[in-house]
Amino acid sequence: MEERVIAQLKDIGKQFPGVVALDHVNMTIRAGSVHALVGENGAGKSTLMKILSGTYVSYDGQILMDGGEVRMKNQKDAFRRGISIVSQELSCVAELTIAENLYIGREPKKGKIFIDKKQRKADAQALLDMMGLPYDPDEKMGNLSVAQRQMIEIVKALSRNARIIIMDEPTSALTSQEARILFEKIAELKKTGIAFVFISHRLDEVFAICDEYTVLRDGKWIASGLISEITQDEMIAMMVGRPIEDIYPELPECGETEVFRAENLCGGVFRDISFSIRAGEIFGLAGMMGAGRSEIARAIFGMDPLESGAVYIDGKQAHISSISQAIKSGVAMVTEDRAAYGFVGVRSIQDNIALPNLDFCAKKGVLDHGRIRQESETIFDRLSIRAPGIMTEVGTLSGGNQQKVVLAKWLVRNVRLLILDEPTRGIDVGAKQEIYNLMTELAGQGMAILLISSDMPEVLSMSHRVAVVAKGAVAGILGHGEATQDRVMKMIVEAK
Amino acid sequence: MKENKKSAALFYRKYGIVLILVLLFAASALVNHNFLKPKNLINILTQISVVTIIACGEEMLIVSGLIDLSAGLVCTGSACFSAGVLVSTGSVPLAVCTGLAFGALCGWVNGFLVTHFKLQAFIATLATTNVVKGAVQLFTNGQAVSGVEKIEWLGHYKIFGFVPVPVVIMLVCVLLIDMLMRHTSLGLLIYAIGGNEQTAIASGINTRRTKRIIFTLSGFLTGLAGVVLMARLVAGMPSVGSGYEFDAITAVVIGGTSFLGGIGTVTGALIGSIIVGLINNILNLLHVSTQYQLIVKGVLIAGAVIIDTMTKEDKKSR
Repeated sequence: MEERVIAQLKDIGKQFPGVVALDHVNMTIRAGSVHALVGENGAGKSTLMKILSGTYVSYDGQILMDGGEVRMKNQKDAFRRGISIVSQELSCVAELTIAENLYIGREPKKGKIFIDKKQRKADAQALLDMMGLPYDPDEKMGNLSVAQRQMIEIVKALSRNARIIIMDEPTSALTSQEARILFEKIAELKKTGIAFVFISHRLDEVFAICDEYTVLRDGKWIASGLISEITQDEMIAMMVGRPIEDIYPELPECGETEVFRAENLCGGVFRDISFSIRAGEIFGLAGMMGAGRSEIARAIFGMDPLESGAVYIDGKQAHISSISQAIKSGVAMVTEDRAAYGFVGVRSIQDNIALPNLDFCAKKGVLDHGRIRQESETIFDRLSIRAPGIMTEVGTLSGGNQQKVVLAKWLVRNVRLLILDEPTRGIDVGAKQEIYNLMTELAGQGMAILLISSDMPEVLSMSHRVAVVAKGAVAGILGHGEATQDRVMKMIVEAK
Repeated sequence: MKENKKSAALFYRKYGIVLILVLLFAASALVNHNFLKPKNLINILTQISVVTIIACGEEMLIVSGLIDLSAGLVCTGSACFSAGVLVSTGSVPLAVCTGLAFGALCGWVNGFLVTHFKLQAFIATLATTNVVKGAVQLFTNGQAVSGVEKIEWLGHYKIFGFVPVPVVIMLVCVLLIDMLMRHTSLGLLIYAIGGNEQTAIASGINTRRTKRIIFTLSGFLTGLAGVVLMARLVAGMPSVGSGYEFDAITAVVIGGTSFLGGIGTVTGALIGSIIVGLINNILNLLHVSTQYQLIVKGVLIAGAVIIDTMTKEDKKSR
């Protein structure tokens, strides 16, 4: 790490009508350093980075760069000064090729009018080679995985001579393997003097790759310093404003009776999957993205067809060929992509809760408003959903509370098997802990839970047993004590 | 200030449209002394009745993220075919049933095209429009189907010597669809499918079946509108009805229904329809030509959608 300061943010303040989003925040970005910007959702991390990257142009305070104060006029101006942002929602055009995406809006020209496609391809190839990425510049962006697209975003930033690359939750869509490749690249690049700002909810990653940190809470600067001089628990305490012991609760004892059993499930990308889950057991599926974990869950929930195999619930075979049959059999699923499959953003919490439960929330097609209100209010209180009331639109809630609504709509039913696919992705520590506590509470009541997570510590800490899925098959099943990250990785790598 | 803006947006969603109606009403009453006469007011409601009945169907479709561009011609078709049946059989019930069945059938076909072949509603209903148009021309040869005086009462009889039957039918339709959208499972599904279809599917809802039901129901209402139209004109006119779909969509949009789906009420559509009818009426009373009326209508649609977008954006920034 060099000591050279690239940019200094001094006393940054930003007000949205009625809300103080940032209040005298300071941050110093140094060359060759990976700077973690941490805090809970709504702490102001993204707002601060939007100011630095020229998205928000009105703010208080100063940004000092190159020996003077700069005010970004717009994003293009920020690019010109060497600031690039690789955002949560990747900004690429899926239908265009890698080369086209890399040079979008600044294509090399022939005679000022026509795009010089040859030149563009050659330039793109040179950039990919420089980063050691074995992709074809003519490949369509849409054919790449999220991780690969992210690499292209970084390449794009580098090609604009970025000095500061801001990464907003870069690993939320990556498997640990993919994340590791990303981290290796970051480590290589920082040696060339590039500074990174790394925003992540995953503190183990922050501690693995960052050099410095800045903690924000409720728009205020709390602390900055060297990662080597702080522990994870201390950082969490600063983020939430109170000490948090272990974020993973103790798992309750699980029962003996089998609630769910899958026998030789085959379909899409997976083969011969067999496992069983007992009452009160949280059963984890670990593995890489694309290994087939979500696909297995989707098939059990009737979203995708099963080619062969049998599913048993409470000892009876369940014939699941549609989602409504799965729900009737007592299966519920909290899907990976909340916004796409989990809730209807423009409708109220109450309506969202009624949606999958019309079998008892309506009589002969007429809604039972009293029942809906009563069920909604009970579950609203039980999950302590933070919202003005059950009539609040779900789209206006924070990620953690949205996830609680998604859980709520299933928990008003008598669910035997609850499938949770990436239940804590993109939500803050406090809400995560609430969801973990809820999981243990539900398990304690005898529910069987199937947990899929790419967050390795999460799936290992929160499962009684973990099945390692690799290449569409179960590579092995590990008990709570014996499952370590190393063993899981080893099984993944050795799977044929 | 943000709070204010937020509540202003919410206020508009809830009452803004009523406010506009009240203001327009007051302004109209001030500029023309004939406006407030009961006969004139009833006249406005009678004039909007057919379009409003169609708007009830469009409301359900647009809230579900669908649309029916064929409604205008299906209305024409329903009017002409039911008139034809009345002329040849002399039976009013049979004629009415023909109109309703034709509408429902067209709606079902639209729904089938959309759910089975995965056509976009816009395209599917555009195709139906042409088929129906051709069928109507074939059937009528471009001539009005007359000789239907037996059904004249349906278009012109005044209950208590005061309220015309079409107005009553319109209000009953609005009331029923309002109840349907607020108090039934189907209503909840309409909002859910329009709000986020994937979520509805992942909640175990057969959205394809639901969409077919919505289309069929909407087609039924359009068929009803056609029968009322025929009774009002006392003839099946092959040239009347085309363009009603846009008048209905206009009413729906002015009534605060979002084109993105998931938001809107049928009472809003009724008020939207009354606003358009009122503007047409006052411009008529003031002897403003139809060309200007069209321009005013266009500005109104744009204005309604601009406000819709603005309140949306406000929501996003929260």
